[in-house]
Amino acid sequence: MKVSGDTTVCIGAGMCVLTAPDLFDQSEEEGTVVVLVAEVPAGLEGAAKRAVQLCPSGAISINP
Amino acid sequence: MEAVRHLTKGNGMTDLTLPTERQQPLDPPQELAGLRKEDPVQRLRYPDGHLGWLVTGYAEARAVLADPRFSNRPELAHAPIPERLVQQRAQMTLPPGFFLRMDAPEHTRYRRLLTGQFTVRRMKELEPRVAEITAERLDAMERSGPPAELVADFALPIPSLVICELLGVPYEDRERFQRDSAVLVSLESSIEDLAAAVTDLLAFLRALIERKRAEPGGDLLSGLVAGGELDDEELSGVALLLLIAGHETTANMLALGTYALLGDPAQLAIVRDEPEAVDGAVEELLRYLSIIHLGPTRTALEDVELGGHRIAEGEALTLSVPAANRDPSRFDSPDRLDLRREAHGHLSFGHGIHQCLGQQLARIEMRIAYPALLRRFPGLRLAVPEGEVPMRTDMSIYGVHRLPVTW
Repeated sequence: MKVSGDTTVCIGAGMCVLTAPDLFDQSEEEGTVVVLVAEVPAGLEGAAKRAVQLCPSGAISINP
Repeated sequence: MEAVRHLTKGNGMTDLTLPTERQQPLDPPQELAGLRKEDPVQRLRYPDGHLGWLVTGYAEARAVLADPRFSNRPELAHAPIPERLVQQRAQMTLPPGFFLRMDAPEHTRYRRLLTGQFTVRRMKELEPRVAEITAERLDAMERSGPPAELVADFALPIPSLVICELLGVPYEDRERFQRDSAVLVSLESSIEDLAAAVTDLLAFLRALIERKRAEPGGDLLSGLVAGGELDDEELSGVALLLLIAGHETTANMLALGTYALLGDPAQLAIVRDEPEAVDGAVEELLRYLSIIHLGPTRTALEDVELGGHRIAEGEALTLSVPAANRDPSRFDSPDRLDLRREAHGHLSFGHGIHQCLGQQLARIEMRIAYPALLRRFPGLRLAVPEGEVPMRTDMSIYGVHRLPVTW
């Protein structure tokens, strides 16, 4: 499972960082999504899915 | 089909107006549950005569908030209750930086300047300071009480002090901006009251911006001034939005949440005694209390399908956050306050591009303040009968006006 973030639609709400801090961060300047590990480690698939669900702007996606 | 049925009611017109009367102080108006069950997207008659929609379902409300075909611009809006007409008119006079009521891409430009200041990491850095402010308020309560009035002594000063420090607004001037801010969210304010409060707040903020230009500090407002991307009018609009948002939200969550917990000792004990349960408890309180109780509203920019209905261009939608957050298709036993449930995904901070900018700050304030209060005063209880706590039914943000407590 891979995750990706789209900074052009991200609104910096921070839900991904709150939900899956091992996978996502926010940039210092704009607070937009930074993907820390593109390949989701085993055990974090659930958190990745939840982050996608909770993202208010649809900025993160999962690719199998 | 549902829409057709409603349209044929009484002279081809719907008779449904937004239910606002609560039977229980912590539950949304009962009628909303019936409407949601019948059809989560219903025809609604607006006070200006407009025939629009009421959305009470979770999935449908979320879909509207995520869809750029639904606009948040005030000049397209219709107010769902007469009192909001005045507020809406006042919002049209606000300076350009008040980006809450804008669509993308205009909205994006302002929000982008601020998101870096409200990241999860930045907010976490504020934790020690929030804890310190909270402890100071508790010390003050202990010195002068019991009893205490929890709104004035605790719930309002904590977020007020925090947002003032963050923005760089002198807390000494609080009487002025707290009063103006309260006028702006009161449903009983006349258009003259609102205009006067906006004028006064903007004058205050313009003078402050001048000072930040002359003597910049390390605060958010100084940073925006120095950044040079916004003119003075825009700066005052942004500052106005953040100041109001910082005051009228967390303050009401803290006081109303305490009121809810005092009425449910088993749930209160979870917040007081189980530090690892507090984060989840805060989400559940946000869901259960849904203090943004009369909206938000949106207007269709083109024809859009929603829940089997065709929303026509120009038609207004009112999304009931309290109803959506109690939708049994999303949350089990939704009317039960259950601090151990998984409540993430609630719509209390909104959804879509306008989702609350300050939500991570609000979370930190609540995660610190609730348990600190309950641990300092294990015997905390209401100092008046429950029925005598004045509820904020007359304000656009729900809560309690006052919360007399003792210990």
